[in-house]
Formats: sequence, C-alpha cells, structure tokens
Amino acid sequence: MSSTATIALAGNPNSGKTTLFNAITGARQRVGNYPGITVERKEGTVSLDDSKINVVDLPGCYSLSAYSQEELVARKVLVDERPDLVVDIVDATKLERHLYLAVQFFELGIPVVLALNMMDDASKQGLRIDRQRLSALLGCPVVETVARSGQGKQELIRQALDHAKARGGVWEPLRISYGPDLDLALERMTELIEAAGFMTNRYPARWVALKYLEADQEILAAGQELGGPAEELVALVRELREHCRKTLNTVPEAIIADYRYGLINSILRQKVVSHETTRSERIDMSARLDSVLTNRLLGPAIMFGVLYAMFQITFTLGDIPMGWLDSLFGWLGETASAVIPAGLVQSLVVSGIIDGVGGVMGFVPLIAIMFLMIAFLEDSGYMARVAYMLDRALRVFGLHGCSAMPFIVSGGIMGGCAVPGVMATRTLRSPKEKLATLLTAPFMPCGAKLPVFLLLIAAFFSDNQAQIMFTITLFAWAMALLVSKLLRSTLIKGDPTPFVMELPPYRLPTLRGILLHTWERVWSYMKKAGTVILAVSILLWAAMTFPGLPEESATKFAAERQAVAATVQDEGQRLAMIETINNREAQATLRYSVAGRIGSFFEPVSQLAGFDWRTNIALVGGFAAKEVIVSTFGTAYSLGEIDPEESASLSNQIAADPAWNQATALALIIFVLLYAPCFVTVVTMARESSWRWAIFSTVFNTLLGFGLAVIAYQVGSLFLA
Amino acid sequence: MDNSLRKLAVNEKARIISITASGEMSRRLRDMGLVPGTDVEVVGRAPLRDPVALRLRDFTLTLRNNEADCIMVEKLEGRHV
Repeated sequence: MSSTATIALAGNPNSGKTTLFNAITGARQRVGNYPGITVERKEGTVSLDDSKINVVDLPGCYSLSAYSQEELVARKVLVDERPDLVVDIVDATKLERHLYLAVQFFELGIPVVLALNMMDDASKQGLRIDRQRLSALLGCPVVETVARSGQGKQELIRQALDHAKARGGVWEPLRISYGPDLDLALERMTELIEAAGFMTNRYPARWVALKYLEADQEILAAGQELGGPAEELVALVRELREHCRKTLNTVPEAIIADYRYGLINSILRQKVVSHETTRSERIDMSARLDSVLTNRLLGPAIMFGVLYAMFQITFTLGDIPMGWLDSLFGWLGETASAVIPAGLVQSLVVSGIIDGVGGVMGFVPLIAIMFLMIAFLEDSGYMARVAYMLDRALRVFGLHGCSAMPFIVSGGIMGGCAVPGVMATRTLRSPKEKLATLLTAPFMPCGAKLPVFLLLIAAFFSDNQAQIMFTITLFAWAMALLVSKLLRSTLIKGDPTPFVMELPPYRLPTLRGILLHTWERVWSYMKKAGTVILAVSILLWAAMTFPGLPEESATKFAAERQAVAATVQDEGQRLAMIETINNREAQATLRYSVAGRIGSFFEPVSQLAGFDWRTNIALVGGFAAKEVIVSTFGTAYSLGEIDPEESASLSNQIAADPAWNQATALALIIFVLLYAPCFVTVVTMARESSWRWAIFSTVFNTLLGFGLAVIAYQVGSLFLA
Repeated sequence: MDNSLRKLAVNEKARIISITASGEMSRRLRDMGLVPGTDVEVVGRAPLRDPVALRLRDFTLTLRNNEADCIMVEKLEGRHV
C-alpha cells in the first residue's frame, strides 16, 4: 500500500529552509514559477516506508501579511492547495523572532511541525532548548535539525507524516486573546463572517476578521468584490480604529503584533530556553567580522577588492576550459567540413550550427565560475552587507540598497544575465524603485555581451584587457545610475520606501547548495543556447545565404577566376588572386542576401557611428540574444573566407579589416552595452512590469546607445586622425 | 528620556517606547520584531552613516535613518540586550 502526502516547507529567510529542502529532496526537485508572478516555485519528492511525500518549498517570509509577493504566495499555497501539513523551519538561535511566523500558522489552523534548525549553532552558543516543553506549550511536534549536515531530516519527515495522519487534514485555528477591546470586536466580526459564510471556504472566520483589523490589502479587496458583510466589517473596523486611537493612542495592527510577541515571550519564559554560558562570554563571530567588513573605511575598500578579485579569478580561471571548448568546436567544424560534401548542407552545419552554438557554449565556463562566486557571496551573507553599504549611495539615484543585487546579477560584476537580474527586482517592495532598477539593470555587461567586448578588446586594445573590461563595467554602472536618476525624477517620481532588512549571520555556504545554485543558472544558459540561439543561428544563416547571387554575377566571378588561372603563371600569385576574387564574391553574396539588404538599408544612419552593414546584421541578430552578435560575426566572416583551414581567429580578421579601427570598436562596445535588451529580457521585463515599460526600454535604450555611440565614434575618429 | 532611535550612537542600548510610523512602514517594522518594549542595540552604521544596523531578539536588522526617526526609545545604561 502506498499513500501520498503533501507537506509545505515554510520559514523566515535565512532559516536554512532551502538547505533543508535540498537535504530532504536531493536531486529530485522541479523548479518553476508561480503562474503570473515570478516567485520561484520549488517542489520535490521523498519516500518514507510506503509513502511518497511531495515537498513544496514556500518562499521565505517573515509574516503572513500581504507585505511582499513572497508572503502572498505562501498564503495562497496554504489556503488554495491545502497541503497536509506545514513544516515551519525556525532558527533555534533566533526563536523569538522566528516563532512570529509559527504563531500565524497556528492562527490559520493548518497542522504544523516545528523544525528547530541550526541546533549546532545553538549548542555552540550555549543555548539549551527544552524540546518537550516547547512542543507541549505550542501543541505541535518539535524536531531538532541541522540542515547543513542533514541531521534530523529523517525524524522530521517521520514526525511530519505521523502528525499529518493524526490530524487528518483538519484545521484547528488557535484563538489568541488580543485584549478586551479587540476581542470584543473580533467576536462580533467572526459572527458576521460565519453567518454569511464570508470567505470561509478559504480562511477560518476569525482569521478573516483579524486580517480586516490588520487592514490587509488583499483580503480587503477580495471582500469588497464579494460584497456580503464586507461593508459592515469595514464600518466595525473604522469604529474600533477610532476607539484605539482615542483611548490607547495606537492602531489595531500594533496591538495584534504586541500580543503575538507577548504570547511568544510567555511561552519562551516557561523555562524553554536556557543559556549555559552568559552572553558576554560568547564571542559573536558575525559581529566581529562585521566590525571589519562593514567598517567605515575598510568595508568599501574590501568590497571593491572582492568585486575586482572576482574579475581576475573569472578571467584567469575561465580561460583554460574556454580554450578547450574553442578547440573542440574548431575540431568539430573541421571534421564536419571534411565529412560533409561542400555545398549548402556543409555551410549550414559548419557556419550556421557549429560556429553559432560553439560561440555560445564557449562561455559556459566563464558563467559557471561567475555564478559559483556569486552564489558563495549570497549564501555567505556578504551580499546583504553589500546592499547595506551601498544603500545610501544608491538612494541618491532614486534606488534602494536591494537594487545592488539585480544589478550584480545582471552583470554588475560581469558575466551575469539580465533575465534573472530583472527577476531579482521582485524583492524590491516599492514599485517605483523596482521599476527604475529593472529598466536600468539591462545596461550591465551581461555574460552574453562579454564575448563581443572580449572580441573587440582582443582586436584593438589587447595591451590592457582587464583594465578595459573594468572600465566598461564602471561605465555601465554610471549609465544605469544616471538613467535611473533621470527616470526617478521624471517618469517615475516618488518617495523612497523602507529599507528594513535583515543582516543574516555570516556562515560558510554548503558546497552542495552552491553547486546546485550554479548548476541551475548554467543549465538555463545552456538551454537558451540549445534552443533560442540555435534557432536564431540557423535563421540568420538562412538570411545571410538566401537569395543566392544571380546567375550573371556568379558567372562573372567564375569567368574572372578562369582568366586568372589561364594567364597568371606564378602559382603563389595565382592562388592569391583567386582568393581575392573569392572573397569579393562571398562579400557580394552576403550583401545580396536578405540580411545584407537589411544591413545596407540601415547603413546610411549607422555609418554615423561607424557601423557598416555587416555590423548591422549582427546587431539585429543581437536583439534575439546578445550571444548571437559574435556568432553572426563568426558566420559572416567565415562566409567571407575561402580557406576553411585558415586558422586566424575572428579578432585577427576584424583587426585586419580596413573598415575597423579603435573608434569603431569603442562605438560598438558602447552601443552593445546600452542598446535594446535581448528579447528574453524584454519578455521578462514585461512580466515584471508591463509591456508598455518593456517597449519603452527597448526604444529608449537603443536611442540612448546610438546617440552615445555616434559621439564616441565621431570624437574618437578626430583623435585617431 | 524619550528620543528617536536615530540619536543613538553605536554600541548604545535602548528600549522601544513607541512606533510613530503608520501604514505599510509600521507593519513592516512590527513584522521584523520592532514592537514597543523591545530592547535594541545599535551595532553599526554603514560607511556613509546611513543605514544603521540594530541588534534585537538575537538577530541583526538594518534601517535607514529616516526610518529610525519613527522609533521612539529610552536609553538603557550599560545593560545587555
């Protein structure tokens, strides 16, 4: 016999919830998104005896109010999917604060098992927690766990399963007394709600009443739509609010929070927690680290040092496997050329598929190393310090300390991706700061723009690569901040929102957590390479191949070749001349193709920034995905080259091309950095804000990028001349 | 004597007397455990003197100075939080 149960993992951010989820479900997880919003949904399974248990990882939240999307989602999953049980993961060293969420689960009535996590830290700090007593006082099973080592997870699952069976899906809301004034009102409201069956199919009646007192936006809106006793409830709340203001000089939601903390304290005071050592003897590692890492002078210096070290490590370390992949795809291309007879099919496989996908895959090592380091910084708690240290500076530009994260993920320290970056803006509560962040995050040098920069830098500024890359990054930040300031003082004006944020204690991240995190990012990049970019590569190849040169032109080139073959005696000279003719023919073919015509059409305008029709083709392709820019250059140049054995790299070819100089390279770097985000990012932006803003950013960024590219090219040309 | 949290220096300890914020801001502060009666200690300030880092209920929280203005406290002399 086998049965299935669904348990939801809940807990505050930094309670070790994700680590515990990974420990429980191992590799058996699915990552997706909740429909309509971008909060990540993680699910996994675990088996125990005959039972198969679905585990849903709820987003981390501090409360069940409607403050953030995470909280709304957690609430929605509980009431709409009605899991059999909630495992509430609390940090044993911060019981008082973490039980605040637990109390709200008790009020909702769903069966709860409490996981006392980070027991290793607790014992290190000399904390003793009387588990039996806590369990008896809370009226739910309490299990001790250490998520990082997986200790206690078996018992946790067993207890969860037993408790779920014992409760049989029955919700038993806890009734907390909120003092005479509130209790009286709550009772009257509960009666009204019960009598009308008002939202009682989803929530317990008293809980709805509480949410009315707390002025919960979501419940109020849902109530207004339903009608029924909504108006009467609102009137009752208004009356009580006035009463509280007059007699107690406070608001109902403040009283509710006070009583909840009061309840928690009354429980903890009953000899649940004891300290073996006095607090003053304890050495607080995090506090000591913070006194250095967030020190007024040392803090920023260390921060910039850490960020700069990330470049150096990424580039030095990433170079090695990138070379291997480069050789691999070079070999694949040669093999394909040898195996497949010359013609359209060979051209498709070699120029379209292998060159296109190879160009993208070559950057996988870079991205993997980058995300490995970002994951380390995030999980170690340092990222929150970065937000803390940068908040004051970012606020000047109408942003928030939390804007640092989306910027960094988008590529603010290079090699990121604007798609997760734009998604990361959902942690920003204020719609205005969020909008400013998500509109400017795509300016960052994402992993897909890197190849373009690397190509151009190798060709034109090879003496100081790292310095130029660093300058590009600083320029990206400057543009993002200035444009954000511009937007926040024009189109999206408004006051800044609260910066209430937890500084989690420093901890050494688990290898497994970091590897999982990195793998998710790298895999999604590779999937993008395998699907969207492969399709775009083939599409672009077709656009650059068809229509072929008309018969008469082809005949003309053939005749020229024959003439050379017949007249020129010296073999070396003859081959050179034929190659020149072939190059001219390839050039003419490309220009005659669909892509060439589009590129030529824009050339009169783009010439202002020094871009010829070939660059234009690549830039149009870049809208589909920025990776395509380099692969299009690759395709374009391999199409224009006669000898497949020719080993000169693309950057040598571009460097040798008379149409290119340092001014052109600079203009192109600026344009690629700033112009329209790739299509995937635009779709993500539309989902996070609206299509109006997504289209705005596409048009605005392109105009801005072009304007600056023109200035760079014109001024640069003056200096070169 | 009542004071706003902003006036506290690093390493000073105080007890929250009242929260003068309203609406979402006040809800956020309460959800994070800043309720009257809570003891807090200023443990640091960011390099640009803002935001401020507080220690309360065994965890560390950051707030901007203008948010600290809404939190009225009384100083505690030489007491551990």
